[in-house]
Amino acid sequence: MIQWYNPVLMKEMKLRFRSFKSFSGLLFYLATLGIFMTGFILVATDFGRISFITPELSYLLFILLSVVQMGLVMFITPGVTAGAISSEREKQTLNMLLTTTQSATQIILGKLLSSIAFIILMLMAGLPIYSIVFLFGGVAPTQVLMTFAYFLLTLVTIGSIGIFFSTITKRTVVSMISTYGAMIFLGAITAFLFLVTFIMVGNGVMINIGKIMMYALATLNPGAVIVSITSPEYNNEFLQFTEFDFPLWASYLIVYSGIALLCLIGAIKRLRVGIKSQR
Amino acid sequence: MIEIQGLTKKYHDFYALNDLTLTINEGVVFGFVGSNGAGKSTAFSILSTLLKPTTGDAFINGKSVKKSPATVRKQIGYMPDFFGVYDQLTVDEYLHFYAASYQLTSKERQQRIPEMLALVNLTHKRYEYVDVLSRGMKQRLCLARAMIHNPSILILDEPASGLDPRARIEMREIIRHLRSFGKTILISSHILPELAEMCDEIGVLDEGKLIAHGNVTAIQQQFAKGTRLAVRVTYGVEEAQQFFERNPLVSNMHISTKDMLLTFDFSGTKIEQTELLREAMLHDLAIISYTQENHNLEDVFMAITEGAKEHDSMV
Repeated sequence: MIQWYNPVLMKEMKLRFRSFKSFSGLLFYLATLGIFMTGFILVATDFGRISFITPELSYLLFILLSVVQMGLVMFITPGVTAGAISSEREKQTLNMLLTTTQSATQIILGKLLSSIAFIILMLMAGLPIYSIVFLFGGVAPTQVLMTFAYFLLTLVTIGSIGIFFSTITKRTVVSMISTYGAMIFLGAITAFLFLVTFIMVGNGVMINIGKIMMYALATLNPGAVIVSITSPEYNNEFLQFTEFDFPLWASYLIVYSGIALLCLIGAIKRLRVGIKSQR
Repeated sequence: MIEIQGLTKKYHDFYALNDLTLTINEGVVFGFVGSNGAGKSTAFSILSTLLKPTTGDAFINGKSVKKSPATVRKQIGYMPDFFGVYDQLTVDEYLHFYAASYQLTSKERQQRIPEMLALVNLTHKRYEYVDVLSRGMKQRLCLARAMIHNPSILILDEPASGLDPRARIEMREIIRHLRSFGKTILISSHILPELAEMCDEIGVLDEGKLIAHGNVTAIQQQFAKGTRLAVRVTYGVEEAQQFFERNPLVSNMHISTKDMLLTFDFSGTKIEQTELLREAMLHDLAIISYTQENHNLEDVFMAITEGAKEHDSMV
Protein backbone atom coordinates (compact mmCIF):
# COMPACT_ATOMS: atom_id res chain seq x y z
CA MET A 1 0.00 0.00 0.00
CA ILE A 2 1.34 3.45 -0.88
CA GLN A 3 1.63 5.66 2.14
CA TRP A 4 1.01 9.26 1.18
CA TYR A 5 1.68 10.77 4.58
CA ASN A 6 5.38 11.38 4.85
CA PRO A 7 6.55 12.00 8.45
CA VAL A 8 10.00 13.21 7.36
CA LEU A 9 8.43 15.76 5.02
CA MET A 10 6.13 17.08 7.77
CA LYS A 11 8.94 17.22 10.32
CA GLU A 12 11.31 18.93 7.90
CA MET A 13 8.69 21.52 6.95
CA LYS A 14 8.19 22.38 10.63
CA LEU A 15 11.90 22.58 11.33
CA ARG A 16 12.70 24.51 8.16
CA PHE A 17 9.98 27.09 8.46
CA ARG A 18 10.75 27.67 12.13
CA SER A 19 14.39 28.45 11.57
CA PHE A 20 15.77 31.95 11.27
CA LYS A 21 17.98 30.74 8.42
CA SER A 22 14.93 30.18 6.20
CA PHE A 23 13.54 33.59 7.00
CA SER A 24 16.87 35.28 6.29
CA GLY A 25 17.28 33.25 3.07
CA LEU A 26 13.89 34.42 1.84
CA LEU A 27 14.69 37.99 2.80
CA PHE A 28 18.01 37.85 0.96
CA TYR A 29 16.35 36.40 -2.14
CA LEU A 30 13.53 38.96 -2.30
CA ALA A 31 15.90 41.81 -1.50
CA THR A 32 18.19 40.77 -4.37
CA LEU A 33 15.29 40.56 -6.81
CA GLY A 34 13.83 43.83 -5.55
CA ILE A 35 17.14 45.71 -5.81
CA PHE A 36 17.71 44.33 -9.29
CA MET A 37 14.19 45.26 -10.43
CA THR A 38 14.35 48.75 -8.94
CA GLY A 39 17.79 49.35 -10.44
CA PHE A 40 16.64 48.23 -13.86
CA ILE A 41 13.52 50.43 -13.81
CA LEU A 42 15.54 53.42 -12.64
CA VAL A 43 18.08 52.95 -15.42
CA ALA A 44 15.37 52.22 -18.04
CA THR A 45 13.45 55.37 -17.11
CA ASP A 46 16.63 57.42 -16.89
CA PHE A 47 16.01 57.92 -13.15
CA GLY A 48 12.44 59.09 -13.63
CA ARG A 49 12.97 61.41 -16.59
CA ILE A 50 11.24 58.99 -18.99
CA SER A 51 7.71 57.98 -17.98
CA PHE A 52 7.36 54.71 -19.91
CA ILE A 53 9.11 51.40 -20.54
CA THR A 54 8.94 49.88 -24.02
CA PRO A 55 7.81 46.23 -24.49
CA GLU A 56 11.34 45.49 -25.76
CA LEU A 57 12.83 46.75 -22.52
CA SER A 58 10.21 44.83 -20.56
CA TYR A 59 11.19 41.70 -22.47
CA LEU A 60 14.86 42.32 -21.71
CA LEU A 61 13.92 42.75 -18.07
CA PHE A 62 12.14 39.39 -18.17
CA ILE A 63 15.24 37.69 -19.60
CA LEU A 64 17.58 39.31 -17.08
CA LEU A 65 15.24 38.57 -14.21
CA SER A 66 15.00 34.92 -15.29
CA VAL A 67 18.79 34.62 -15.47
CA VAL A 68 19.18 36.26 -12.06
CA GLN A 69 16.53 33.96 -10.61
CA MET A 70 18.24 30.93 -12.16
CA GLY A 71 21.53 32.04 -10.60
CA LEU A 72 19.85 32.37 -7.24
CA VAL A 73 18.22 28.95 -7.56
CA MET A 74 21.60 27.44 -8.42
CA PHE A 75 23.22 29.25 -5.52
CA ILE A 76 20.59 28.56 -2.86
CA THR A 77 19.47 25.00 -3.70
CA PRO A 78 22.79 23.28 -2.83
CA GLY A 79 22.83 25.12 0.49
CA VAL A 80 19.34 23.90 1.29
CA THR A 81 19.74 20.28 0.18
CA ALA A 82 23.41 19.35 0.62
CA GLY A 83 23.02 18.91 4.37
CA ALA A 84 19.77 16.95 4.21
CA ILE A 85 21.19 13.58 5.32
CA SER A 86 24.69 14.50 6.47
CA SER A 87 23.33 16.99 9.01
CA GLU A 88 21.15 14.23 10.48
CA ARG A 89 24.32 12.15 10.72
CA GLU A 90 26.22 15.01 12.36
CA LYS A 91 23.41 15.68 14.82
CA GLN A 92 23.31 11.93 15.61
CA THR A 93 19.64 11.62 14.70
CA LEU A 94 20.14 9.50 11.58
CA ASN A 95 20.46 6.12 13.31
CA MET A 96 17.18 6.60 15.11
CA LEU A 97 15.51 7.63 11.86
CA LEU A 98 16.87 4.56 10.09
CA THR A 99 15.58 2.14 12.73
CA THR A 100 12.01 3.32 12.13
CA THR A 101 9.85 1.50 9.61
CA GLN A 102 10.07 4.29 7.06
CA SER A 103 11.55 3.20 3.76
CA ALA A 104 14.70 4.79 2.36
CA THR A 105 12.56 6.16 -0.50
CA GLN A 106 10.21 7.87 1.96
CA ILE A 107 13.10 9.45 3.86
CA ILE A 108 14.91 10.68 0.74
CA LEU A 109 11.76 11.99 -0.95
CA GLY A 110 10.67 13.64 2.30
CA LYS A 111 13.98 15.44 2.48
CA LEU A 112 13.91 16.45 -1.19
CA LEU A 113 10.29 17.62 -1.19
CA SER A 114 10.73 19.72 1.94
CA SER A 115 13.77 21.44 0.41
CA ILE A 116 11.95 21.97 -2.87
CA ALA A 117 8.88 23.28 -1.05
CA PHE A 118 11.02 25.95 0.55
CA ILE A 119 12.56 27.03 -2.77
CA ILE A 120 9.15 27.00 -4.45
CA LEU A 121 7.98 29.29 -1.67
CA MET A 122 10.87 31.58 -2.58
CA LEU A 123 9.94 31.52 -6.25
CA MET A 124 6.29 32.17 -5.40
CA ALA A 125 7.24 34.99 -3.04
CA GLY A 126 9.15 36.53 -5.95
CA LEU A 127 6.16 36.38 -8.29
CA PRO A 128 4.82 39.88 -7.46
CA ILE A 129 8.23 41.29 -8.43
CA TYR A 130 8.34 39.07 -11.49
CA SER A 131 4.84 40.06 -12.59
CA ILE A 132 5.95 43.68 -13.01
CA VAL A 133 7.13 42.67 -16.51
CA PHE A 134 3.48 42.04 -17.45
CA LEU A 135 2.65 45.65 -16.71
CA PHE A 136 4.74 46.78 -19.69
CA GLY A 137 3.87 43.94 -22.12
CA GLY A 138 6.21 42.06 -24.47
CA VAL A 139 6.21 38.73 -22.61
CA ALA A 140 3.87 35.82 -23.35
CA PRO A 141 2.35 34.00 -20.32
CA THR A 142 3.46 30.68 -21.84
CA GLN A 143 7.06 31.88 -21.68
CA VAL A 144 6.68 32.67 -18.00
CA LEU A 145 5.11 29.25 -17.38
CA MET A 146 7.91 27.52 -19.28
CA THR A 147 10.48 29.48 -17.33
CA PHE A 148 8.92 28.37 -14.06
CA ALA A 149 8.73 24.76 -15.27
CA TYR A 150 12.44 25.09 -16.09
CA PHE A 151 13.17 26.45 -12.61
CA LEU A 152 11.27 23.54 -11.09
CA LEU A 153 13.20 20.93 -13.08
CA THR A 154 16.52 22.64 -12.36
CA LEU A 155 15.92 22.85 -8.66
CA VAL A 156 14.70 19.23 -8.46
CA THR A 157 17.89 18.13 -10.23
CA ILE A 158 20.22 20.27 -8.14
CA GLY A 159 18.32 19.17 -5.04
CA SER A 160 18.76 15.52 -6.01
CA ILE A 161 22.49 16.05 -6.60
CA GLY A 162 22.73 17.71 -3.17
CA ILE A 163 20.86 14.89 -1.46
CA PHE A 164 22.98 12.29 -3.23
CA PHE A 165 26.22 13.88 -2.01
CA SER A 166 24.69 14.37 1.41
CA THR A 167 23.96 10.64 1.59
CA ILE A 168 27.34 9.40 0.43
CA THR A 169 29.48 11.82 2.41
CA LYS A 170 29.76 11.97 6.18
CA ARG A 171 30.16 15.71 6.56
CA THR A 172 27.88 18.49 5.39
CA VAL A 173 30.81 20.68 4.40
CA VAL A 174 32.14 17.97 2.04
CA SER A 175 28.66 17.43 0.62
CA MET A 176 28.25 21.18 0.14
CA ILE A 177 31.60 21.49 -1.66
CA SER A 178 30.77 18.50 -3.89
CA THR A 179 27.35 19.89 -4.78
CA TYR A 180 28.70 23.36 -5.54
CA GLY A 181 31.45 21.62 -7.55
CA ALA A 182 28.76 19.91 -9.62
CA MET A 183 27.04 23.31 -10.06
CA ILE A 184 30.30 24.86 -11.25
CA PHE A 185 30.70 22.02 -13.72
CA LEU A 186 27.15 22.36 -15.05
CA GLY A 187 27.08 26.16 -15.03
CA ALA A 188 30.62 27.32 -15.77
CA ILE A 189 32.77 24.50 -17.11
CA THR A 190 30.19 23.46 -19.72
CA ALA A 191 29.92 27.14 -20.77
CA PHE A 192 33.69 27.41 -21.12
CA LEU A 193 33.90 24.16 -23.12
CA PHE A 194 31.00 25.37 -25.25
CA LEU A 195 32.93 28.52 -26.06
CA VAL A 196 36.10 26.56 -26.89
CA THR A 197 34.13 24.21 -29.14
CA PHE A 198 32.38 27.15 -30.81
CA ILE A 199 35.73 28.74 -31.63
CA MET A 200 37.04 25.38 -32.93
CA VAL A 201 34.01 24.91 -35.18
CA GLY A 202 34.28 28.56 -36.28
CA ASN A 203 37.88 27.86 -37.32
CA GLY A 204 36.79 24.79 -39.24
CA VAL A 205 38.34 22.26 -36.85
CA MET A 206 36.37 19.02 -36.21
CA ILE A 207 33.14 20.60 -37.44
CA ASN A 208 30.81 17.59 -37.16
CA ILE A 209 31.99 16.39 -33.75
CA GLY A 210 32.20 20.01 -32.62
CA LYS A 211 28.53 20.61 -33.45
CA ILE A 212 27.46 17.50 -31.53
CA MET A 213 29.60 18.61 -28.60
CA MET A 214 28.12 22.10 -28.71
CA TYR A 215 24.59 20.70 -28.58
CA ALA A 216 25.52 18.30 -25.76
CA LEU A 217 27.21 21.06 -23.75
CA ALA A 218 24.30 23.44 -24.30
CA THR A 219 21.96 20.69 -23.08
CA LEU A 220 23.92 20.42 -19.85
CA ASN A 221 24.19 24.16 -19.28
CA PRO A 222 21.23 25.72 -17.46
CA GLY A 223 22.20 29.17 -18.75
CA ALA A 224 22.02 28.09 -22.39
CA VAL A 225 18.62 26.53 -21.82
CA ILE A 226 17.13 29.57 -20.07
CA VAL A 227 18.26 31.71 -23.02
CA SER A 228 16.68 29.22 -25.45
CA ILE A 229 13.38 29.41 -23.53
CA THR A 230 13.27 33.18 -23.11
CA SER A 231 14.65 33.95 -26.59
CA PRO A 232 13.23 31.45 -29.09
CA GLU A 233 15.04 33.23 -31.96
CA TYR A 234 18.44 32.35 -30.45
CA ASN A 235 17.21 28.80 -29.97
CA ASN A 236 16.26 28.51 -33.65
CA GLU A 237 19.59 29.96 -34.81
CA PHE A 238 21.46 27.56 -32.55
CA LEU A 239 19.51 24.55 -33.81
CA GLN A 240 20.15 25.59 -37.41
CA PHE A 241 23.84 26.04 -36.68
CA THR A 242 24.25 22.69 -34.95
CA GLU A 243 21.88 20.96 -37.44
CA PHE A 244 19.85 19.40 -34.62
CA ASP A 245 16.10 19.18 -35.01
CA PHE A 246 15.29 18.69 -31.36
CA PRO A 247 14.44 21.59 -29.03
CA LEU A 248 17.10 22.30 -26.44
CA TRP A 249 14.56 22.48 -23.61
CA ALA A 250 13.34 18.96 -24.49
CA SER A 251 16.84 17.44 -24.33
CA TYR A 252 17.42 19.43 -21.12
CA LEU A 253 14.23 17.92 -19.72
CA ILE A 254 15.40 14.40 -20.58
CA VAL A 255 18.99 14.81 -19.36
CA TYR A 256 18.17 16.66 -16.13
CA SER A 257 15.30 14.29 -15.31
CA GLY A 258 17.76 11.43 -15.85
CA ILE A 259 20.39 13.04 -13.58
CA ALA A 260 17.76 13.67 -10.88
CA LEU A 261 16.48 10.11 -11.12
CA LEU A 262 19.96 8.59 -10.97
CA CYS A 263 20.93 10.73 -7.98
CA LEU A 264 17.73 9.85 -6.13
CA ILE A 265 18.10 6.13 -6.83
CA GLY A 266 21.75 6.34 -5.75
CA ALA A 267 20.80 8.12 -2.52
CA ILE A 268 18.00 5.64 -1.77
CA LYS A 269 20.32 2.68 -2.38
CA ARG A 270 23.13 4.14 -0.28
CA LEU A 271 21.10 5.44 2.65
CA ARG A 272 21.09 2.20 4.61
CA VAL A 273 24.45 0.82 3.45
CA GLY A 274 27.54 1.14 5.63
CA ILE A 275 25.96 3.92 7.63
CA LYS A 276 27.97 3.24 10.71
CA SER A 277 31.59 2.98 9.90
CA GLN A 278 33.23 2.35 13.21
CA ARG A 279 36.72 1.94 11.94
CA MET B 1 13.17 -14.04 21.49
CA ILE B 2 16.56 -13.22 20.02
CA GLU B 3 18.74 -15.83 18.36
CA ILE B 4 22.21 -14.80 17.33
CA GLN B 5 24.09 -17.28 15.14
CA GLY B 6 27.80 -16.84 14.43
CA LEU B 7 27.54 -13.09 14.06
CA THR B 8 30.79 -11.62 12.78
CA LYS B 9 31.68 -8.09 11.71
CA LYS B 10 35.07 -7.60 10.19
CA TYR B 11 36.74 -4.36 9.09
CA HIS B 12 39.75 -5.31 6.97
CA ASP B 13 41.70 -7.56 9.36
CA PHE B 14 40.03 -6.29 12.54
CA TYR B 15 37.17 -8.24 14.10
CA ALA B 16 34.69 -5.86 15.74
CA LEU B 17 32.55 -8.90 16.48
CA ASN B 18 33.78 -12.45 16.26
CA ASP B 19 31.41 -15.40 15.91
CA LEU B 20 28.83 -14.26 18.46
CA THR B 21 26.30 -17.00 19.16
CA LEU B 22 23.65 -16.45 21.77
CA THR B 23 19.97 -17.02 22.54
CA ILE B 24 18.00 -14.57 24.65
CA ASN B 25 14.58 -15.73 25.70
CA GLU B 26 11.43 -13.66 25.79
CA GLY B 27 11.04 -11.39 28.83
CA VAL B 28 14.70 -11.62 29.80
CA VAL B 29 16.74 -8.54 30.67
CA PHE B 30 20.14 -9.25 29.17
CA GLY B 31 23.17 -7.12 29.89
CA PHE B 32 26.21 -6.82 27.67
CA VAL B 33 29.40 -6.16 29.58
CA GLY B 34 32.64 -5.22 27.94
CA SER B 35 35.30 -2.56 27.75
CA ASN B 36 35.34 0.11 25.03
CA GLY B 37 35.69 -1.50 21.62
CA ALA B 38 34.62 -4.92 22.92
CA GLY B 39 31.86 -5.14 20.30
CA LYS B 40 28.75 -4.21 22.28
CA SER B 41 27.69 -1.33 20.06
CA THR B 42 28.52 -3.32 16.92
CA ALA B 43 26.28 -6.16 18.12
CA PHE B 44 23.50 -3.67 18.94
CA SER B 45 23.88 -1.94 15.57
CA ILE B 46 23.52 -5.26 13.74
CA LEU B 47 20.50 -6.26 15.82
CA SER B 48 18.95 -2.85 15.08
CA THR B 49 19.47 -3.38 11.31
CA LEU B 50 21.86 -0.43 11.17
CA LEU B 51 24.85 -2.52 10.21
CA LYS B 52 25.19 -5.59 8.05
CA PRO B 53 27.18 -8.47 9.51
CA THR B 54 30.12 -9.85 7.55
CA THR B 55 28.92 -13.38 8.29
CA GLY B 56 26.30 -14.97 10.50
CA ASP B 57 22.78 -13.81 11.19
CA ALA B 58 20.49 -12.80 14.01
CA PHE B 59 16.80 -13.56 14.34
CA ILE B 60 14.39 -11.29 16.16
CA ASN B 61 11.23 -13.26 16.94
CA GLY B 62 12.20 -15.58 14.09
CA LYS B 63 12.87 -12.83 11.53
CA SER B 64 16.33 -12.42 10.09
CA VAL B 65 17.97 -9.01 10.48
CA LYS B 66 19.65 -9.60 7.13
CA LYS B 67 16.69 -10.82 5.12
CA SER B 68 13.73 -9.06 6.77
CA PRO B 69 15.09 -5.82 8.26
CA ALA B 70 11.80 -3.95 7.74
CA THR B 71 9.89 -6.55 9.79
CA VAL B 72 12.60 -6.56 12.45
CA ARG B 73 12.36 -2.76 12.81
CA LYS B 74 8.70 -3.06 13.80
CA GLN B 75 9.65 -5.34 16.66
CA ILE B 76 12.56 -3.46 18.15
CA GLY B 77 13.00 -0.18 19.93
CA TYR B 78 16.57 1.10 19.71
CA MET B 79 18.24 3.68 21.89
CA PRO B 80 21.79 4.46 20.74
CA ASP B 81 24.66 5.37 23.07
CA PHE B 82 24.98 8.82 21.52
CA PHE B 83 22.01 10.55 20.02
CA GLY B 84 20.71 13.95 19.09
CA VAL B 85 17.25 15.41 19.18
CA TYR B 86 15.39 17.88 16.99
CA ASP B 87 15.70 20.92 19.21
CA GLN B 88 13.09 22.98 17.40
CA LEU B 89 10.30 20.46 17.90
CA THR B 90 8.22 20.23 21.04
CA VAL B 91 8.25 16.99 23.03
CA ASP B 92 4.78 16.22 21.67
CA GLU B 93 5.81 16.90 18.05
CA TYR B 94 8.96 14.84 18.51
CA LEU B 95 7.02 11.79 19.64
CA HIS B 96 4.34 12.37 16.97
CA PHE B 97 7.06 12.31 14.32
CA TYR B 98 8.50 9.00 15.49
CA ALA B 99 5.05 7.49 16.04
CA ALA B 100 4.12 8.43 12.48
CA SER B 101 7.47 7.02 11.33
CA TYR B 102 6.36 3.68 12.77
CA GLN B 103 3.07 3.99 10.88
CA LEU B 104 0.92 4.53 13.94
CA THR B 105 -2.44 6.06 13.02
CA SER B 106 -3.38 9.48 14.31
CA LYS B 107 -5.74 7.90 16.87
CA GLU B 108 -3.06 5.48 18.06
CA ARG B 109 -0.59 8.33 18.40
CA GLN B 110 -3.01 10.39 20.47
CA GLN B 111 -3.39 7.45 22.82
CA ARG B 112 0.22 6.27 22.94
CA ILE B 113 2.05 9.58 23.44
CA PRO B 114 0.51 10.49 26.84
CA GLU B 115 1.12 6.90 28.01
CA MET B 116 4.79 7.07 27.09
CA LEU B 117 5.23 10.52 28.60
CA ALA B 118 3.68 9.30 31.84
CA LEU B 119 5.99 6.28 31.84
CA VAL B 120 9.12 8.40 31.54
CA ASN B 121 7.72 11.12 33.77
CA LEU B 122 7.70 13.87 31.16
CA THR B 123 3.98 14.66 30.98
CA HIS B 124 4.60 18.16 32.34
CA LYS B 125 7.03 18.87 29.49
CA ARG B 126 4.74 17.75 26.66
CA TYR B 127 4.39 21.12 24.95
CA GLU B 128 7.86 22.44 25.66
CA TYR B 129 10.65 22.52 23.12
CA VAL B 130 13.09 19.62 23.30
CA ASP B 131 15.83 22.24 23.40
CA VAL B 132 15.02 23.21 26.99
CA LEU B 133 15.12 19.67 28.40
CA SER B 134 17.98 18.56 30.63
CA ARG B 135 20.30 15.72 29.57
CA GLY B 136 18.43 13.25 31.77
CA MET B 137 15.08 14.34 30.35
CA LYS B 138 16.36 14.00 26.80
CA GLN B 139 17.57 10.51 27.65
CA ARG B 140 14.12 9.64 28.99
CA LEU B 141 12.48 11.17 25.95
CA CYS B 142 14.68 9.01 23.76
CA LEU B 143 13.54 5.97 25.72
CA ALA B 144 9.91 7.00 25.22
CA ARG B 145 10.67 7.35 21.50
CA ALA B 146 12.14 3.86 21.38
CA MET B 147 8.97 2.46 22.93
CA ILE B 148 6.44 4.54 21.04
CA HIS B 149 5.43 1.67 18.73
CA ASN B 150 5.24 -0.82 21.60
CA PRO B 151 8.08 -3.10 20.46
CA SER B 152 8.56 -6.48 22.11
CA ILE B 153 12.34 -6.00 22.24
CA LEU B 154 14.24 -2.99 23.54
CA ILE B 155 17.90 -2.45 22.66
CA LEU B 156 19.42 0.12 24.99
CA ASP B 157 23.03 1.05 24.37
CA GLU B 158 24.46 2.72 27.47
CA PRO B 159 21.12 4.30 28.45
CA ALA B 160 22.54 5.91 31.59
CA SER B 161 25.80 7.22 30.15
CA GLY B 162 26.62 10.81 31.02
CA LEU B 163 23.80 11.13 33.52
CA ASP B 164 24.11 12.46 37.04
CA PRO B 165 23.39 9.98 39.88
CA ARG B 166 19.77 11.12 40.29
CA ALA B 167 19.02 10.85 36.56
CA ARG B 168 20.72 7.45 36.51
CA ILE B 169 18.55 6.17 39.31
CA GLU B 170 15.44 7.50 37.53
CA MET B 171 16.49 5.73 34.34
CA ARG B 172 17.14 2.51 36.24
CA GLU B 173 13.68 2.69 37.82
CA ILE B 174 12.07 3.12 34.39
CA ILE B 175 13.93 0.11 33.01
CA ARG B 176 12.87 -1.94 36.03
CA HIS B 177 9.30 -0.85 35.35
CA LEU B 178 9.62 -1.93 31.71
CA ARG B 179 10.77 -5.32 32.84
CA SER B 180 7.39 -5.80 34.50
CA PHE B 181 5.74 -5.40 31.06
CA GLY B 182 7.45 -8.61 29.97
CA LYS B 183 9.62 -6.97 27.33
CA THR B 184 12.91 -8.49 26.28
CA ILE B 185 15.55 -5.91 27.05
CA LEU B 186 19.14 -5.83 25.84
CA ILE B 187 21.19 -3.34 27.71
CA SER B 188 24.84 -2.36 27.84
CA SER B 189 26.47 -0.28 30.49
CA HIS B 190 29.87 0.53 31.93
CA ILE B 191 28.37 0.74 35.39
CA LEU B 192 28.56 -2.94 36.15
CA PRO B 193 26.91 -3.05 39.59
CA GLU B 194 23.89 -1.35 37.99
CA LEU B 195 23.76 -4.03 35.31
CA ALA B 196 23.94 -6.77 37.93
CA GLU B 197 20.93 -5.21 39.66
CA MET B 198 18.85 -4.89 36.51
CA CYS B 199 19.72 -7.97 34.48
CA ASP B 200 18.65 -11.59 34.62
CA GLU B 201 21.52 -12.66 32.40
CA ILE B 202 24.75 -11.11 31.25
CA GLY B 203 27.17 -11.68 28.41
CA VAL B 204 30.81 -10.64 28.67
CA LEU B 205 32.34 -9.41 25.43
CA ASP B 206 36.05 -8.96 24.96
CA GLU B 207 37.70 -7.99 21.67
CA GLY B 208 34.58 -8.99 19.77
CA LYS B 209 34.24 -12.41 21.39
CA LEU B 210 31.61 -13.58 23.84
CA ILE B 211 33.76 -15.06 26.57
CA ALA B 212 31.08 -15.82 29.14
CA HIS B 213 27.33 -15.61 29.41
CA GLY B 214 24.51 -16.80 31.60
CA ASN B 215 22.69 -16.05 34.81
CA VAL B 216 24.29 -13.17 36.76
CA THR B 217 24.67 -15.12 40.04
CA ALA B 218 25.95 -18.21 38.27
CA ILE B 219 28.56 -16.17 36.39
CA GLN B 220 29.65 -14.49 39.60
CA GLN B 221 30.08 -17.87 41.26
CA GLN B 222 31.77 -19.46 38.25
CA PHE B 223 34.40 -16.81 37.68
CA ALA B 224 35.03 -15.44 41.14
CA LYS B 225 38.40 -16.59 42.47
CA GLY B 226 37.33 -18.20 45.75
CA THR B 227 35.76 -16.23 48.56
CA ARG B 228 36.25 -12.55 49.12
CA LEU B 229 37.00 -11.80 52.75
CA ALA B 230 37.04 -8.45 54.56
CA VAL B 231 38.96 -8.20 57.83
CA ARG B 232 38.89 -5.06 59.96
CA VAL B 233 41.45 -4.50 62.71
CA THR B 234 41.65 -1.84 65.42
CA TYR B 235 45.44 -1.50 65.04
CA GLY B 236 48.40 -3.28 63.39
CA VAL B 237 47.13 -3.32 59.82
CA GLU B 238 50.61 -3.98 58.38
CA GLU B 239 51.18 -6.89 60.74
CA ALA B 240 47.81 -8.32 59.72
CA GLN B 241 48.71 -7.88 56.03
CA GLN B 242 52.00 -9.77 56.50
CA PHE B 243 50.20 -12.55 58.35
CA PHE B 244 47.50 -13.07 55.71
CA GLU B 245 49.87 -12.73 52.74
CA ARG B 246 51.99 -15.60 54.12
CA ASN B 247 49.05 -17.91 53.48
CA PRO B 248 49.28 -19.42 49.95
CA LEU B 249 45.46 -19.50 49.64
CA VAL B 250 45.26 -15.69 49.94
CA SER B 251 45.50 -13.48 46.86
CA ASN B 252 44.48 -10.11 45.47
CA MET B 253 45.01 -8.20 48.73
CA HIS B 254 43.66 -4.64 49.08
CA ILE B 255 44.33 -2.51 52.14
CA SER B 256 42.65 0.62 53.38
CA THR B 257 44.80 2.04 56.17
CA LYS B 258 42.24 4.78 56.78
CA ASP B 259 39.47 2.25 57.48
CA MET B 260 41.94 -0.35 58.88
CA LEU B 261 40.38 -2.78 56.43
CA LEU B 262 41.95 -5.65 54.51
CA THR B 263 40.07 -7.33 51.65
CA PHE B 264 41.41 -10.38 49.85
CA ASP B 265 40.42 -13.50 47.90
CA PHE B 266 40.64 -16.81 49.75
CA SER B 267 40.62 -19.94 47.63
CA GLY B 268 40.40 -22.49 50.48
CA THR B 269 37.49 -24.46 51.86
CA LYS B 270 35.19 -23.40 54.70
CA ILE B 271 37.29 -25.42 57.16
CA GLU B 272 40.49 -23.77 55.91
CA GLN B 273 38.77 -20.43 56.33
CA THR B 274 37.95 -21.25 59.98
CA GLU B 275 41.57 -22.35 60.47
CA LEU B 276 42.82 -19.05 59.02
CA LEU B 277 40.69 -17.06 61.47
CA ARG B 278 41.80 -19.24 64.39
CA GLU B 279 45.49 -18.73 63.50
CA ALA B 280 44.92 -14.99 63.17
CA MET B 281 43.49 -14.87 66.67
CA LEU B 282 46.47 -16.91 67.97
CA HIS B 283 48.80 -14.31 66.43
CA ASP B 284 47.11 -11.64 68.55
CA LEU B 285 45.84 -9.69 65.57
CA ALA B 286 43.38 -7.03 66.77
CA ILE B 287 40.49 -8.24 64.60
CA ILE B 288 37.11 -6.62 65.29
CA SER B 289 35.23 -7.89 62.25
CA TYR B 290 35.61 -10.72 59.78
CA THR B 291 33.07 -10.87 56.91
CA GLN B 292 32.56 -12.75 53.71
CA GLU B 293 31.72 -10.48 50.74
CA ASN B 294 30.11 -11.27 47.43
CA HIS B 295 32.24 -10.68 44.38
CA ASN B 296 30.75 -7.80 42.44
CA LEU B 297 30.37 -7.81 38.69
CA GLU B 298 33.44 -5.63 38.26
CA ASP B 299 35.64 -8.26 39.92
CA VAL B 300 34.05 -10.95 37.77
CA PHE B 301 34.52 -8.89 34.64
CA MET B 302 38.18 -8.30 35.45
CA ALA B 303 38.71 -11.99 36.20
CA ILE B 304 37.04 -13.11 32.98
CA THR B 305 38.81 -10.66 30.70
CA GLU B 306 42.20 -11.32 32.33
CA GLY B 307 41.59 -15.04 31.86
CA ALA B 308 40.78 -14.53 28.20
CA LYS B 309 43.94 -12.49 27.66
CA GLU B 310 46.11 -15.11 29.37
CA HIS B 311 44.54 -17.77 27.17
CA ASP B 312 45.19 -15.70 24.02
CA SER B 313 48.84 -15.10 24.96
CA MET B 314 49.37 -18.85 25.55
CA VAL B 315 47.83 -19.66 22.16
